[in-house]
Parts: sequence; structure tokens; C-alpha cells
Amino acid sequence: MRKSFKKAYLLLSPSLFWLTLFLVIPVIFIAIVSFTTNGDFGAIIYEFSTKAYTSAFSSLYAKVIWQSVWWAFVATVVCLVIAYPFAYFIANAGKWKNILLLLVMVPFWTNLLIRLYAWIILLNNQGVINNFLLDLGFIEEPLQLMYSPGGVILGLVYGFLPFMILPIYSSIEQLDKTYLDAAEDLGAGPVRTFLNVTLPLTFPGILAGFIITFVPAISVFVVTDLFTGGKLLMVGNVIRDAFLVEMNWQLGAALSLLLMILVLLSLMIFMRFTNRKDRKLLV
Amino acid sequence: MMRPRTKKILFSFSLLVFLFFYIPILFVIIFSFNDSKLGTVWTGFTLEWYGSIFKNSQLINATMNSIYLAVITTIISTILGTLAALALHRYTFIGKKSVEFLFYIPVVIPDIVVAVALLAIYGLLNMSLGLNTAVPGHVAITISYVMLVVLARLSSFDNSLEEAAKDLGANEWQTFWKVTFPLIFPGVLAGALLAFTISLDEFVISFFTLGPGDNTLPVLVYSMVRLGVSPEVNVLSTIIIAIMFIVVFVVGLRMRKGGDVK
Repeated sequence: MRKSFKKAYLLLSPSLFWLTLFLVIPVIFIAIVSFTTNGDFGAIIYEFSTKAYTSAFSSLYAKVIWQSVWWAFVATVVCLVIAYPFAYFIANAGKWKNILLLLVMVPFWTNLLIRLYAWIILLNNQGVINNFLLDLGFIEEPLQLMYSPGGVILGLVYGFLPFMILPIYSSIEQLDKTYLDAAEDLGAGPVRTFLNVTLPLTFPGILAGFIITFVPAISVFVVTDLFTGGKLLMVGNVIRDAFLVEMNWQLGAALSLLLMILVLLSLMIFMRFTNRKDRKLLV
Repeated sequence: MMRPRTKKILFSFSLLVFLFFYIPILFVIIFSFNDSKLGTVWTGFTLEWYGSIFKNSQLINATMNSIYLAVITTIISTILGTLAALALHRYTFIGKKSVEFLFYIPVVIPDIVVAVALLAIYGLLNMSLGLNTAVPGHVAITISYVMLVVLARLSSFDNSLEEAAKDLGANEWQTFWKVTFPLIFPGVLAGALLAFTISLDEFVISFFTLGPGDNTLPVLVYSMVRLGVSPEVNVLSTIIIAIMFIVVFVVGLRMRKGGDVK
């Protein structure tokens, strides 16, 4: 490593310039907007006001925020419960490992909208499942499978499960097997070895998976949008409508900022409990 | 090491997870060959929808837009990200920690925040939205990925090779193009590929920052899916899934052989 302030910043300047101009400044701008006054037809009046935050925490939107946090949390926990044993299996699948991993990469890279659409075909009122049950006479009327919190959580789990699998898989794969042998030699049974050795050593992977699943899950608006036609809302829906429909930028900006603070807080927790090497799991 | 019974349970469980992943996708593919225009009742086999989709000008337009955006994004963020990775690998400097933190922000920040922040800035500047107004956002969220992939490649880079080149009289420019770049090229390529794919797949930023008449493929899919189940979406989805399948397996298997995994 060389110390050269000038050269370092010369190489960094294009990307720093780009990120400042198109990320930092816009975010600062909406932070400012969130404290301005809403004029008619979406005009921004530069007078200090905390009205956006009062309404963000009013019963109407507080419910949506709480709902989003809760759904995203439940979906993330479900993802974790599914992903851990699944990733464990793949990591120990020997020669099949690579193929199985690629089979996870296909849904990972296929557009979220298309994967949600696939479920619409199944869950729709005239969908495959309802038609099947109607034909068999189990039900008289189609079940409202999509238009419920359960449907939304299913969509979130299906959408973001690969995000949980991949970091957990890496952490299990990087696990130094000699620790497991040592635990066994010292007389620990499989359960004890798992709880006292494997789980703590793969904890960074779990934490990374938790964050990269929870963050998109809490901010996504297409799941509620496509599954419930906007009858159930998450924070993302409110932010979108505030900017595009109601022209209440202050509210949208305030909610965006709250969302970002939540995310940065979880990131700081992650940084606290992990070291440099583990942070690679995040990407 | 694993008990046979544990292995059996894990195997059955994982099989169920794979079914969970692929059964919905399978139904999309099946119904893309369905004769019926409405709903999800199988009425017969047809290739009609595959024929009509290639005549859909909206779709062709959106595909071209997506590719255009992805190419521009990839060029910019590959150059910027690679330069940044070189700086972070080579030098220690004041503010390095903050710079690293800044690069982590686009990776973790919700894309909707980036999108509405950009939309707000464009509004402030009274800019009219078009295809190119999506570029800043796409680049902002992909630079970091390129940087991280190239940085990972650089971590196994032998610095003495550069010093040898300089000892032998090469100047900095020659050293870079003759020694450094060829060695980090696989990393740069992997970063570029990642940027390209992310941009191609990106929906939220495009949704907010594209002009009203401009669609990318994901934005078009969104507007089509909102209207419900239709043969066009089935066919389009099947084609995209098929392409994804081929790309993942071809690129994945090649990279595994090269030992360069992402």
C-alpha cells in the first residue's frame, strides 16, 4: 500500500463525483423536502414544517409502516428457516453442488415481476389452484388466495428467498471442516456440534442474509400491488403514490428517509457483529 | 459426517424448496402454449402467441431501450468502478473509511429511495424525463458492484509484477496496459457482466425516472402484469426465463471452470 492522497483521489474522483451528484445530493434534497411545507398541486414551499412526519406517524400511515415491518420481518424469518437447511444441503452435496447452486441462480436472476406473475397464474381467482379445487368440488367459490397478508408474505418469500440462500451458502461452504472434526473428537454429538460450532461460525452469513432479504422486502411495492391490486399497502406503495399520484412529496420524502434510517441502522448492527472478511457476504 | 437419516430429511426438504422455486415457473411455460386467450384453463396447444409477440412493436421498443440502457450503464460503471477499485487497492489515504462506506450505500439502500430522490432532483431542476434520465440511477447502483468485484480480483494481485515492469523501464501508462489490466481483466469482465445484468433487470429506478413514453422491458412487463394473466405475458416470461436459464448455466459453468466465482 502506498500513501498518495492525490493519486488515490484522482482515480476515485469520477465515481465519487457520480455518487455525490446522483445519490448523496438527491438524498440530502429529499431530506430537506421532508421538512418543507406542501403547497397546492404538489408545490414545495420552503417553510419549515414537520407535518410530513406527523402524518407519517398518524394512525393511517403508522399502520402501513408497522404492517410493512411486520410482513417483511415474517417473510425474512420464513426465508431463514427455509434457506438454512437448504443451503446446508447444497453446500454438502458434493459433485452436485455447482448444478444445484446454478438452479438457485436462475430464479435469483429472473426478474421479480415475472416470478410474481408466475404465482398470479396459480393463485388468481380463476387461477390453477382455484380451478382445481372448484373442479374437485372442495370449494364452491374461489378462495381469495392473493388478497391477504398470507399472500403478500408468500410473494415476499418467493421473491427474496435466493437473497437469503446465497450468503448462508457461502458461509457454510467457507466453514473450516476441521472445527467440526475437532468437536466430534471431543465428544460432541451432531446436534451439539451444530448448535455450538456450525451455527456460531455461520452467523455472519445469517446476518448478511437477514439484511439483504429484509431491506428489499420492506421497500418493495410490486408484491402488494400485483397480488392485492393495492388493497393492502406497504411503505413502498405509499411512497410511490405520494410522489406520483397525490403529489405530496413531503410525505413521500419523510417515509423514504425513515426507511433509509431503518436500513442504515440494521447495517450498523451488521458492521458491529462482523469483521472485514464477513462483509463480503453482503454482496 | 452427516447421519444418513439427517441427509435424507435434508434431501426431501431441499427437493420441496426446488419444487417451490420451479412449479410456478413451469406453469408459466405450460400456459405460454395454451390456445385459450383467457385465464388458465387448458384448451389446446398453440404456437400462435410466440408468432404474435415478435410483431409487437411496443415490446421490441422496450427491449431495445433495455439493452441501450444496460450498455451505457455498463460502460460508465465499469470504467468508474475499476478506477475506484485500483485506488482502494493501492493506496491508503485520509478518508478511505468514508469512501468505502459511500460505496456500500448503493448496495444496501432501498432502490425506491434512490429512485424518488432522483425524481425529486429532476423535478427541482425542471428536467423533462426521457430514456437517458434513467442512466444516472442505473450507474449509481452498479458502480459499487463493479468496484467490489474488481477489488476482490485485485486482492490476489501480485504487486511485485508492477514493480518489475517499472524497474524494466515501463512508465505508469505502459505498466497499466501491459501488466495490470491483462491480469485484472477477468475481474473487470465479471464486474461488467454483473452491471449489465443488474441494469437489464432493474425495475424501480426505471419506473420512476423514465419519461412517460419510454419503457424498458421490466417496466413494460409491470404494466402488462397489472392487467392480469394474458398469453403475451406468458410467452414473454417464458422467453426471458429460457434466456436466464441459458445465461446462468453457460456463464456459471464457464466461471466455475475458470475458478472465478461470483
